[in-house]
Order: sequence, then C-alpha cells, then structure tokens
Amino acid sequence: MGLLEVAGPVMIGPSSSHTLGALRIARFVHKMTGIPEEVEFLLHGSFASTYWGHGTDRALLAGILGLREDDPEVKDPLPRAREAGLRFSFVPADLGEVHPNTVLIRARVGEVRSEVEGASIGGGAIRITKLNGVACSIAGDMPTLVVRNRDVPGALREILRHIEVNIANVYLRRSFPLDGTAMTIIELDEELPPGAFGRISSLPCTVQAFYARGDGR
Amino acid sequence: MNFGELVREWKETGSDFVELILRRETAETGRKPEEVLGKLASFLEAMLEEAERCFGAKFETLTGLTGDNAFKLSRHSARMLSPFAHTATVASLSMAESNASMGRVVACPTAGSCGVVPGVLYALKVHFGATIEDLKAPFVVGAAVGNAVASRATLSGAAGGCQAEIGSAAAMASAMLVYYFCRDPERASHAAALSLKALMGLVCDPVGGFVEVPCVKRNGAAVNVAISCAEMALAGIESVIPLDEVMEAMAQVGRALPESLRETARGGVAITPTALSLTKEIEGRRPQGPSPKRSL
Repeated sequence: MGLLEVAGPVMIGPSSSHTLGALRIARFVHKMTGIPEEVEFLLHGSFASTYWGHGTDRALLAGILGLREDDPEVKDPLPRAREAGLRFSFVPADLGEVHPNTVLIRARVGEVRSEVEGASIGGGAIRITKLNGVACSIAGDMPTLVVRNRDVPGALREILRHIEVNIANVYLRRSFPLDGTAMTIIELDEELPPGAFGRISSLPCTVQAFYARGDGR
Repeated sequence: MNFGELVREWKETGSDFVELILRRETAETGRKPEEVLGKLASFLEAMLEEAERCFGAKFETLTGLTGDNAFKLSRHSARMLSPFAHTATVASLSMAESNASMGRVVACPTAGSCGVVPGVLYALKVHFGATIEDLKAPFVVGAAVGNAVASRATLSGAAGGCQAEIGSAAAMASAMLVYYFCRDPERASHAAALSLKALMGLVCDPVGGFVEVPCVKRNGAAVNVAISCAEMALAGIESVIPLDEVMEAMAQVGRALPESLRETARGGVAITPTALSLTKEIEGRRPQGPSPKRSL
C-alpha cells in the first residue's frame, strides 16, 4: 500500500469496502463488456445484509454503467440506467465459502453472457475471484485480457505471440470440457498497443475475447 | 514505510524530510515523486473544497441516524473549544455526515474516518491562512504516518478495530499539525504516537453495520485528540514509547480483538437494546429489499 492508497482516493461514501469496492468490481465488468442489456447482482454475506445502508446497490449500478468512484452521480445512477435501457436486479444469495463482501455479477450483452465474482477485501481493494467459472485472483486495476479459446495445442502460444508488453499473471483452465474450450486470463503491466486486441480476437483459436483496460493507478 | 527509520535518516543526512518520504515511496511502489506529489495535492484540494462546501450543513444520510450534528455544532458558540478546535470539529462532523449521505470524500485513511484530517487542514486554512502549497508538506508527512501504520499494523476496522481507522486518522492529523507549525519530523512522530496511544484499543462497533453511529461523532471527538496531542508535542512533550513500538503494540491489540468488535456489528454499542431496536426500525423503513426485478 502506497501513500496514495493511504491518503486517498477521492470517492463517494460511505464505505471503502461496501461502496468503493463494490463499484470497482462492477466497473471491471463494465470495462470487459460495456453497459450490458441485463445484469443480475447476487449479493453474499455482509453485502446482502447491509447493502442498503451503504449504498452498495447504487455503487454496483454506477460501476456497471462505467462511472468512476468520485463521480457524484454514484449517489443516484438510476436515471442513467434507465436511459441506457439497462435491466437490473439485486438478489441475496449464498455463494458458499467466499469472502463476506462478495458479489456475483451476471451480465448479458446480446447472446454473450458473462459471470464475474468479486470480493471487496478492505480499504476499497478488490479481487476478481472467478471469471466465467474459472478461479482467479485479479486486482481489477491492471489491463486484463480474457480469452475463451479452443482447447488445442499451441493456442496459448498463438495468443502470447500478439502480446509484446510484460505479463504480470496468467490463469489458464480447461473450463468447458464438453465444447472443448479453455479460459485464458492474462494480467498485463501495460496496455496492449492499438490493434493487438483485434488480432487476438480474430485468431482461429479464439472463441470469445474481452479486454478490460487498466485504471492507470 | 518505517517512520522511525525515516526520522533517523533525516537526522543523519539533514535531507529534506518530504524528499526522503517521496524517495522511499518510489522505492516501494515505483511511482515517480512528482506523480505522487501531484495526486496528493489533488486529494488535498478535494478535501478543502468539500470541507468548505459542507461546513455546518445538514445532511440526509442513508439511515437517518445522523445528519444534523455538524449543523448543531456550527450554530453553537463554543464555551470550551478554541475557535480553531471548533472549526476543526464542525468540519470533521460535516465530512463524516457528508460521507454517510453518499457525498464526495477523501478516504483518509478510510471513508469511515474521513473527517479527522480535513478537520485540522480546514482549520489551518481558516485560522492561519494556510494555502494548498503550505499544506502539501504536512500532508505528505501525515500520509507517511498512515503508511507506516498500514505496513506494521492495519488501517482496516474489520481487521484491527476502530483504532486502525480513527486512531490512524488522528495520528496522521496530529503529525500534520506539528509539521505545519515546526517542520520537525521527530516532534511529529511524538504527536502521532500520543494520538495512537490515546485511541488504542478502540473497537469498531457500528450500529446495524452502517457507517453512522458511532462513526460520525467519533470523527468529531478524534479531531480534538489530534489537536491536543499536537499541542503537547509542540510544547516539547515526548511519547515515552517510540512511534514504531506503539504501532507494533497497536497491531497486537488489533489481533487480540474478538471478531465481534471488528466491524461485524455484533458487539460494543451495536448490540445495546437501543441499537438493536434502531436497527430493526431502519430495516423496516428501507425502501425495497434486494429481490429480483426490483429497482433501487
């Protein structure tokens, strides 16, 4: 934790963990998919029991709409959600043995469905703990590439061939054995140069790809 | 960051203390000094802007348990508080209540304890004419105190109780005050140590789990702990126990606190009969539950 995490950030209150962290988890999904047509927030533990008095619901909605943590609109994101035609719901849920401040976000854009589970681990810091069923531990503020690829030899090599920036972390799992695909999640130290994501998306081994930009912290 | 080490280095080398802190920050995070200083200055600006805008205002908070405390104190002519301490207390309550109403705050070190530091900084502005430029160096020193707590203990109420949030905020604020008036890091570290000791063991017991009771008024009280500890340090009073050892003790106390006293709302004032009935009432009043296809 550096000086900037101790003496900041500028944020909409009231809680680093229940407001700021919640917004950051949802904002990660926004960075991946844009504003979805439909989204469902499954609230676990303390998120489920105290969400209202912490504005957790508003923060999640603001995050999925792409608002930043210091935007006064976080207090009332409803008009923007209506304008965007976003259908949303909040559902209390038992997500099992997870951090008490965990939310599972199910978003749909057209036919594309994404499932992101994230935990607000204190002081506004978050961890994305599951991405489309694959366990991971992503900080959410670094550029992140998410690829569902065909489970064939050389797929990872093909993807990596297009990444020239330094790689921080890689998560790779055979996630959908029935249709022979795997999930590759790559956290990067710097943004991909223009065009690189397009090239990765159109690789023969790529089934589906998302790219969440970093927050430049 | 180790504050004692920084002070020793300052004594040995005679370098500028803020430069030493920024150099250490670069070594630890890779961030450039000018980038860190620029961002810290923007936090400072946001703080003073909000303190000015919210000073003595009424707020509609999420649960309604607080909201008019800053207003009441601002209308009250203080009998015991100095004009400086009165301004600081009103500003501190204002920020804490603005936070509870989803206003814009600077988490310093956390959202729940966001009133203490702006309280003293705004009072310096009002009563001593301090500008952003004047406040930058003290702000860096205070941030370094918070950083030292984070690396030795914790800044999270869920991990170490309220001493980690309000205690750290008071330590940061008192170090800022001392550094503003005398530019002496050693005295600043004594002020921080005195503040941490004054608030050591403070439990995190929010009614209903919400950041309002006792959080808001604790901000108003803690800002006066910061002021009195800073005044003592300026008078040459020293903490018998050095700051680093106090932080270590604070970490141990935090670990010894049962879970019921660490932000779970299962202990302290959160389970008093009044708190329980208020929580029930708030739950009954909430607009809509989180259920499928319901809006906010």
